[in-house]
Parts: sequence; structure tokens; C-alpha cells
Amino acid sequence: MDEIDRAIVNRLQGGFPLCGRPFAAAADELGIDEALLLSRIKSLLKRGVLTRFGPMYDVERMGGAFTLCAMSVPAADFERVAALVDAHPEVAHNYERAHRFNMWFVLACPSKDGIEKAIAAIEAETGHRVMNLPREHEYFVELRLPA
Amino acid sequence: MNPVDERIVRATQGGLPLVPAPYARIAREAGVSEAEVLDRLESMLADGRIRRIGAVPNHYALGYTANAMTVWDIADEAAGELGAAVGALAFVSHCYRRPRRLPDWPYNLFAMVHGKSKEETEARIEEIRSLLGAASRRHELLYSVRILKKTGLRL
Repeated sequence: MDEIDRAIVNRLQGGFPLCGRPFAAAADELGIDEALLLSRIKSLLKRGVLTRFGPMYDVERMGGAFTLCAMSVPAADFERVAALVDAHPEVAHNYERAHRFNMWFVLACPSKDGIEKAIAAIEAETGHRVMNLPREHEYFVELRLPA
Repeated sequence: MNPVDERIVRATQGGLPLVPAPYARIAREAGVSEAEVLDRLESMLADGRIRRIGAVPNHYALGYTANAMTVWDIADEAAGELGAAVGALAFVSHCYRRPRRLPDWPYNLFAMVHGKSKEETEARIEEIRSLLGAASRRHELLYSVRILKKTGLRL
């Protein structure tokens, strides 16, 4: 990561222009040219510094449903349960966390009853309870972790 | 969602094409004009269906390796104001109010805290703790141990 990479990560986390030549417009603001910006973004993606470059959609506002779920899984059963949970396409991400509730995953579905069906299926397959913690309110800030 | 929006979403949810005129490319894929793509994206930004357009960093790759989900038991009447204050902190990426599930789960405020070391993250959590003061009856930290799956959201 050099200064140009850092400027791209820090200044292009939002507000990418909507116009015919957006990379040229954004490059101009960064004081570089279009071709360099494009090649730097490709390289940042390839190196995994960026996971995507583009619009970030809000699943709920798009009409879908989404929730955070937690399970408390005994260590001896953890890998089996993780494989069963991860196999569901509705599971967008799943994290192991150091806590009695040691498995935390996000379910994203086109509709609300999809959430309930996925939870019921996971409980039936794994034999463990799923704690459903839908968000009631979001205190929204732009995610802008500085590089 | 109308069919044009849906085609635009499908053409862009994996990211913008990395070419000089990405919206023209999307327009060809979606079978509409470039002007319509720009217009639809603008309106999805305005109504919040699109949160932002730009770079989505992998916070691990930026060196944020100590990431804790912090959970707090806040009196319901104070949760709105305090949630907004916690959400406004620069090192908090997400802040949500969620239902309690008693007796298993007494926490109603969730804040994701990112730091480049465990010490930095803990100092930041301490900052939240002092901001919340007596309004927080108890809290816990849940560090991530391992990513089991990360595909991102797909429609």
C-alpha cells in the first residue's frame, strides 16, 4: 500500500461519480489519471485489500429480509454444525466467536418467511436452537475505516 | 422492485465493471440506455436502496485484525440516544438495537469495534464504556475467532 492506494481506499469508500466516465472523474480528484486508477483498483481487489468496488445494496430496503442469528454449539459438534449452517445459501456470513454463543451468522432472504424457514431447517438439521436477533434500529454511520 | 432495477442490481451486485465507461457496459447487459442506468442508480441512492457506491475494503487486509462485537444491556428509554452516540464513533462500523432474549441474552445494543491490536480495540471499548456510564447495566465482548463463511449478500 503506497500513498495512492491509501488515497483510493480512504477517499473512494462512497460518492463514486454517476457519469459517463466516472473513473476519469474520480481519478481527477485524486490527482492521477483514469488508467492508473483502474489498474490500482484491479490490483487492490486482486490483493484482497478491497472485497468489491461498486454499489452497496441495502437488502431490507430492496424488499428482502435479513437477521443476525446465534447458536451455542458444543466444541465436539462445532465442525459438523458449521458445515450444515454454511451449506444454506441464505447464510451470507458466519463467524466463530469466543463466547458461550460461539456461532454467529447473518441470514439474507428475498422475503421474511424465508428467514423463518431457514431457521427451522437449521434447527432440525443440527439439533441445536437458533437465537434470532433481528435489528430493530440501525444507528447508521458510513463505514470509513482509514487505511 | 421494477424489472429494470432488478436487471441493474443483478448486473452490479458483484461490482462495477472496471472499464472507463462502466455504466454503458451495465446498460448493454441490462438492455437499457446508459442514461436510464444513471437515473435508476441515482434514485436507488436517494431512497437508500443503495447505501453508497465505491470501494468496499476488507478490514483485515487494512490491518484491523482485532475485531470485537460488543454487546450492551442499556435501559430501553436511553437506548435511542446512546445508540446514536456510539454509532457516531469513528471506530464503530455498525451499531444496532436488537431484541433481548431473556434469560439467555440480556443485551439490546450491538456495536462492532475495530482495532489494529487487541490493546487498541480494548481502549476503544473502554471509551464506549465511559460514554455509556451507568446506563449500561452490563456488557460483553465477543471476539471473532474464525470466519466460517463470507459470501456477501446476494439477491
